[in-house]
Amino acid sequence: MKDNIVLQMKNIHKSFPGVRALQGVDFTLRKGEVHALMGENGAGKSTLIKVLTGVYSKDEGDIFLDGKEGPVAIHSPQDAQKIGISTVYQEITLCPNLSVAENMFIGRTSGIGQNWRKMNSDTEKILKSLDIPATATQQLETCSLAVQQMIAIARAVDMDCKVLILDEPTSSLDEQEVEKLFKLMRDLRSKGVGIVFVTHFLDQVYEICDRITVMRDGQLVGEFEIEKLPRVQLVSKMLGKELDDMSDIKGEQKAYERKAGSVPVLEAQGRVSDAGIKPFDFHIDKGEVNGFTGLLGSGRSECVRALFAADRVTGGTIKMNGKPVKISKPLDAMKNGIAYLPEDRKGDGIVGDLSVRENIILAQQVLKGFFKPFSKAKQYEIADEYIKLLSIKTASADTPIKSLSGGNQQKVILARWLFTHPEYLILDEPTRGIDVGTKVDIQKLVLKLASEGMSVTFISSELDEMLRTCSRLVVMRDRKVVGELSGDDLNQSKVMSTIAGGDK
Amino acid sequence: MQKNEVKKPNESMLSRMVRHQMFIPVLALVILAVFNLIADPAFFKITVGQNSSGNMVLQGFLISILNDGSELAILAIGMTLVTAASGGQDISVGAAVAIAGSVLLRILGGGNSRPEELAAPIIVAFLVSCLVAMLFGAFNGVLVAYFKIQPMIATLILYTAGRSIAAWINNNELPVITDPSLGYYGGFIPGVPIPTPFFIAAICVAIIFLVLKFTNLGLYTQSVGINENSAKLNGLNPQVIKVITYVIMGLCVAVVGLIKVSRISTINYSTIAKDIEMDAILAVALGGNALSGGKFNMAASIFGAYVIQFLTSTLYKFKVSSDALPAYKAVVVIVLVVISAPTVKEWFGNVTKKFKVKEVA
Amino acid sequence: MSNNKTKASGSFVDKFNNLTDTNLLLTITVVIFFLMYIGAIIFQGGGFLKPQGFFNLLNANAALIVLACGLSIVMITGGIDISVGGVTALVSMCCAVYLDHMGGNVFVSVLIALAVGLAFGAFQGLLVAYLDIQPFIVTLAGMFFARGMTTIVNTKPFNVANEAFTKLKMTRVIIPGMGSANRKGDYIDAYVEIGVIIAILVVIVLFCLLRWTKLGRSFYAVGGNRQSALMLGINVKRTRFLSHVLCGLLAGIGGYVYFLHVGSGSPSHALGAEMDAIASSIIGGTMLTGGVGNIAGTFFGVMSLGTIQNIVSQAGLGEAWWIGITRALMLCLFLVIQSLVMVRKKKA
Repeated sequence: MKDNIVLQMKNIHKSFPGVRALQGVDFTLRKGEVHALMGENGAGKSTLIKVLTGVYSKDEGDIFLDGKEGPVAIHSPQDAQKIGISTVYQEITLCPNLSVAENMFIGRTSGIGQNWRKMNSDTEKILKSLDIPATATQQLETCSLAVQQMIAIARAVDMDCKVLILDEPTSSLDEQEVEKLFKLMRDLRSKGVGIVFVTHFLDQVYEICDRITVMRDGQLVGEFEIEKLPRVQLVSKMLGKELDDMSDIKGEQKAYERKAGSVPVLEAQGRVSDAGIKPFDFHIDKGEVNGFTGLLGSGRSECVRALFAADRVTGGTIKMNGKPVKISKPLDAMKNGIAYLPEDRKGDGIVGDLSVRENIILAQQVLKGFFKPFSKAKQYEIADEYIKLLSIKTASADTPIKSLSGGNQQKVILARWLFTHPEYLILDEPTRGIDVGTKVDIQKLVLKLASEGMSVTFISSELDEMLRTCSRLVVMRDRKVVGELSGDDLNQSKVMSTIAGGDK
Repeated sequence: MQKNEVKKPNESMLSRMVRHQMFIPVLALVILAVFNLIADPAFFKITVGQNSSGNMVLQGFLISILNDGSELAILAIGMTLVTAASGGQDISVGAAVAIAGSVLLRILGGGNSRPEELAAPIIVAFLVSCLVAMLFGAFNGVLVAYFKIQPMIATLILYTAGRSIAAWINNNELPVITDPSLGYYGGFIPGVPIPTPFFIAAICVAIIFLVLKFTNLGLYTQSVGINENSAKLNGLNPQVIKVITYVIMGLCVAVVGLIKVSRISTINYSTIAKDIEMDAILAVALGGNALSGGKFNMAASIFGAYVIQFLTSTLYKFKVSSDALPAYKAVVVIVLVVISAPTVKEWFGNVTKKFKVKEVA
Repeated sequence: MSNNKTKASGSFVDKFNNLTDTNLLLTITVVIFFLMYIGAIIFQGGGFLKPQGFFNLLNANAALIVLACGLSIVMITGGIDISVGGVTALVSMCCAVYLDHMGGNVFVSVLIALAVGLAFGAFQGLLVAYLDIQPFIVTLAGMFFARGMTTIVNTKPFNVANEAFTKLKMTRVIIPGMGSANRKGDYIDAYVEIGVIIAILVVIVLFCLLRWTKLGRSFYAVGGNRQSALMLGINVKRTRFLSHVLCGLLAGIGGYVYFLHVGSGSPSHALGAEMDAIASSIIGGTMLTGGVGNIAGTFFGVMSLGTIQNIVSQAGLGEAWWIGITRALMLCLFLVIQSLVMVRKKKA
């Protein structure tokens, strides 16, 4: 092993039932570098990290660590910590009710007693050496999120870690906080720690990283020096389209043209919610399919959630067909003919223990009112109709939805909203984690619905899909709307360069 | 991609029966019945005898199970809904019954502890007690839904104060109502040989089934209990629905208060409906409903209530004192929660899987 | 997220905001207790004027202090135990039967008390920690089991006539210099019972345990965030198990202290003691959501509850229902305060 290499993963394979999550991935980390691990959802980044930290056991492949003979075996996060691999997760895994010093040392020291004085003075030393703005005796909760992240990192560093994995540490920080975190990362880099940085923010990658490893569909795309990989190329590698064959695939959709004098179905101005997006304007016409695009975490979901009032709305106005309406809770949106298929199917979409039938009628039933339930016979009729229409594969209408496959669950949720006969349908990642056949079905359905006069907003991580279905794309970066593309601008390279932003 | 669950044709009749929600309560009933049959078949004897007020009525252990189990069945209705929507149980029902009963007596006696005649029609008194019980239910519901306090802790407040409040309502006096018409609700209506509480329970059960059929109560409570986020995104207001379930619980409590007071024509604040919350929770659990909320089966809960009463009567039959009863029931609770604990189920599943693998090999 | 918290400033508001939850709630409790007690001295006088009034408060609540300490520990760990009242009754009954009917030895009776408490704690802890069953259901069953067993051991209440035990029960620890003259002008020494000494020892030991041992800090960590505690390398299951074992043990000790105070066995002993213990613990600043609490606060919580009771009864509202209602009101008030503290923090 070369001297400056601190960690090497070779030919890692990992499968879950029905999914090959990692297929022969290599990863190399050198001393004193910040190494970005990039890829869209389902690329296998998190699986790779979980293999490295012992949460998952690998099926095949070896991990080598500097200073250790032969491949190392990692069976648990504790094992990983012992040999010097520490992880700081997106959600902070410290105890908010304990003091900073305790969070640094709990679970690490031996003996029965707790020596506060030594612990506090040690902590002060570490905080000072890493320049973290916190005191040892402060309760963790009173620190800002960035400082909490830094404390988690300090704990890891103090445990003599050689490899530090930062899993989306910046997703809930503001700019100044990110700056502080980067300063700490640079310090650590100069001390020779190898840092794996997982993020979706391109600006941040180019600000701090030395190298990038790109993954896609469980496979390694490649490892690149940061200077040699311009932004647009990075985006194209993540999305899986070589720049050369960006032959401007145009969708079947006609170019979007605004008919003079037509009133948009929905028009939002300065809409903003408490989910941390900047106020945005948006409109959609009858029969139009448009989309929000941007990398994960760019705020595309938060925007549509704000339209549906799924998060607490803090400002802005909405007009439906030219008339101002008040949409402050989901029921308001539903009454105004808006339907929203959420991104988090399991957490926000399905009602797991209820049957397919009940899941289909739920939204319309709520609209119809408490005292007007559909009769059982009618429920079965509706359920059977939609099961047939969307070819949902289920044993019966009474099967609990949780025992269906992901794609079929998604179709049930889609059926639920179609049954409310909305004027405006929002689909947030309807195709995530489902099989190719179903994906195509859903795309076709979207186009069909639009041709029948429904307005649809379609969000997907896969640009192909978006280009094929949408006639206009709202592009987002860092929680702001940064552009709107339609007509001839609607091609891969233009979209990617808008997503990437910057001058490169 | 995961294959859809398709009903396996080779699935035996037995295993399907075992998985049915009614399996455990029915099994419990059968075990108890067989046990009694062997120990003393007289348990099942029903006779016609004269009761204290001179009516010809049916008597026997089975009749007393129908009689006493009815209160439990009514409470089980409310408890099932509360459990489903809020994922916790209301432990204040016993104390709330004391309040409802006390209010009833207060109105009937008109502040007089030995009234010559009723100060108000029973129906008026009952409606007022319903209102009061529902208000206390709403109090519990608000603490749970809006202040986000765990149900059992939130209802602990009323559990602590309830019997004191009940005593306070009547200035710690024990009004005795001599009017025989009050006795009908907890005893027998002249000329009818079957105890009235059974009819009241039957009416309550009929009402709740009609409500479940003709409103969306079931769908809403289950949706909120299973996935609150999803329910919210489908336009429901989880807080309001939780409060509603507690208000319904209050209504059930008022009905039981009427029966309880009617049985003795007076009240004992410290013993009325004592420990009944335990039995009501037990009925829900025995009916195979998850105590962590979500999907529920009302019929199973109600059936469970009668099975619990069957157990109680059996224990009485074997000269277990009423004070010692909780010890036996506690054992039943522990057995029930242990066998339905996810970790235990998983372990059990693994064992049977291994067994099956061996069989195949 | 707002970054206003990082702004350095020494204003009072900032200090208030930087107060840990434990200290904030503890401060509220201590202040309320002293205000109440001083108010009672000024406006009601009577028993509150003499130091012995305070010691009687201790005498009457020694058992509750021990029970509430146990509850604080499980609540800090994020659990609950409502079996302690039942266990207290069972312990009293077992010891009473052993000492009176069997003429047993006092030392052995203490061992019986500890064994009963430990058995409950260990079994409940096993179900809660290792089988992951809701602690409320498990300990509710525990409470009913203990109550039922008490009647099975002996149905009727009775007083213990055992010489050695009576001697121990009557032992008074004189507090020098705190006595006062009675109506006749004789000087009466101020005293506390043995139980108070035990209770205070328990408070001191547990205070140290929670503050200066790894186990104590693990209780806080697990209660604060179970998932994080696991990631920080704490054995969460064992910690939860031990919290219940400790609570059971304390229920045993508390049961014996109770037994020492009343000197009898009865199935109706310590009725509702679990609710008083939970209420005291909550009033003392233990958060129901776990991770926050302080044994010193619990002590003051019990004393506040006792003082309120004294005030109510001295104010001529002696009827039992007033005490029940005031207690519930106090519990409700503090639950709402906690709920509001949580809201304040989420907004901050």
